[in-house]
Amino acid sequence: MITMNGKKMQFSNISTDINLDNLENQDSLDVIVNMGPQHPSTHGVFRLVLWIDGEIITKAEPHIGYLHRGSEKLCESELYSQVISLFDRIDYLANLNMELGFCAAVEKLMEIDIPDRAWYIRTILCELNRIASHLLFYGVFGLDAGAMTPVLYGFRDREKIQSVFESVTGARMMHNFIRIGGLKEDVGNDFKKDVTKLLSTLKTSIDECDELLSGNEVFLARTKGIGTIERQTALDYGLSGPTLRGSGIPEDIRISDPYGIYDRFDFKIPVGTVGDSWDRYYVRVEEMRQSISIIEQALAQMDEGPILGNVRRLIKPPKGEVYTRTETPRGDFGVFLVSDGSDKPYRVKVRAPSFSNLLALTKMLENSYVADSVVILGSLDIVMGEVDR
Amino acid sequence: MIKLIKGLIITLSTALRSPVTGEYPMPEKRIPVKNKFMGFPALTYDFEIDEPFCTGCMVCIRNCPTSCMSANMKDNEKFTENKSSRKKIIDTFEINLGRCILCGICVDVCNFDAIEMSHEHERSKFERNANRVNLPELIKMGVKYQQKINWSPKQEKNRGTPKKPKTSNENNGNLT
Repeated sequence: MITMNGKKMQFSNISTDINLDNLENQDSLDVIVNMGPQHPSTHGVFRLVLWIDGEIITKAEPHIGYLHRGSEKLCESELYSQVISLFDRIDYLANLNMELGFCAAVEKLMEIDIPDRAWYIRTILCELNRIASHLLFYGVFGLDAGAMTPVLYGFRDREKIQSVFESVTGARMMHNFIRIGGLKEDVGNDFKKDVTKLLSTLKTSIDECDELLSGNEVFLARTKGIGTIERQTALDYGLSGPTLRGSGIPEDIRISDPYGIYDRFDFKIPVGTVGDSWDRYYVRVEEMRQSISIIEQALAQMDEGPILGNVRRLIKPPKGEVYTRTETPRGDFGVFLVSDGSDKPYRVKVRAPSFSNLLALTKMLENSYVADSVVILGSLDIVMGEVDR
Repeated sequence: MIKLIKGLIITLSTALRSPVTGEYPMPEKRIPVKNKFMGFPALTYDFEIDEPFCTGCMVCIRNCPTSCMSANMKDNEKFTENKSSRKKIIDTFEINLGRCILCGICVDVCNFDAIEMSHEHERSKFERNANRVNLPELIKMGVKYQQKINWSPKQEKNRGTPKKPKTSNENNGNLT
């Protein structure tokens, strides 16, 4: 669709109405370009409408809803134990973090005491999942910026993590492993050995990945100063996770509002300085290293013990409502749960970090080049399953 | 420029390493699944009595998030002949594997160790309805799994060996 002097020329299925007489008197010629919903680099089915003046984007409008599956509504007709399998599919790159988000909400409502061992295993698995998710981000972000190699490196290491998941939970992606009150089953005897071995390979691989892409001049030119979002704007838009930390705000729920046993670990929050795409990228790379340190500490502190708290098989939380926040790889993941005392939730509302982060895209894309739009979108690390739910 | 060359050196050194990938359809080159891998659910078989573990109690069916299963039970003839401790036995069982989401809840809730997540994960078929598997097929999958990992029931009470006449009348706990 081309707009000029209030008159519109629209392509494809929309009507055509254009005045070509006074083209020369135009101040600006905004061309509207549809990006998606089947664009290969939009990380799922996501449509972005760009108003373009030459090479510059003047306005951007995200259109979502193409992956809407009605998860929240579906939760209302499922038993609490069945809802966990739905949460697996909300953010399909960080399944265990999603499961933890829901289970933590129910546990808070029911006031269940979770055994220490269960929390340690949960923490280890969730941090591994965070690394896996960031490794995938590393790969596809390289791909977005035009580098073909990093995606192979990212996937190589992610597969190793998934192999550990497979030997622990039985599935590579949809685990359904975390239960309300603890875990599905105890980990095997060689869990510690496996994870230690995995961490030592991950350390060298992350360094390798870092060296491969981070210093690359072409990559720096594509990302430095691109899609900058200032501190205050980032807060105003309600960003969270690495996207917010890239703007220089050291906000991490694991530290500011610790859940589980995160207060027992000593780790840092990597923050960016400017808030551009490169900062958001590098915060994630550093976060992988911090996650490794958390897992190492957890492995050292872990003890034998039970893995399931005192819960019945049929879970019936008391009447009431609860809101919990957990830190997923994409940011502040909130679950608002209303229970009417029955065995099915009355309402489950998910506060998805990707959804809030995505809205800042309009701000970031303003006055940037069309060619950078893919990089900026990639730097947000959105998962459409989480945006649409 | 230096960093760019460094990156090239990394890719070059990776080219000299052994590959990390397997070749999927080739049986000898593919990466095997782990012991705990959760494939499609399958029914286990009690070789001692020569009947499946499943009594058709429908717990898994009630707890399935996608309602992909259906089952019917019947009276067990072997129980009347005092060959088995199972009063009822599964008659028909159907799982729509196209609907199954491999969550493993059915295995969790089963009181009889009768259903297990097998290592079966390749269900591409030529027929339209081939992913609706019936009892014989499910037992075939289960037996394959049992032999592969040397399976035994988690709870001894689930073995179908008939108890002594006295206790068998008192203890029909299997059917609660």
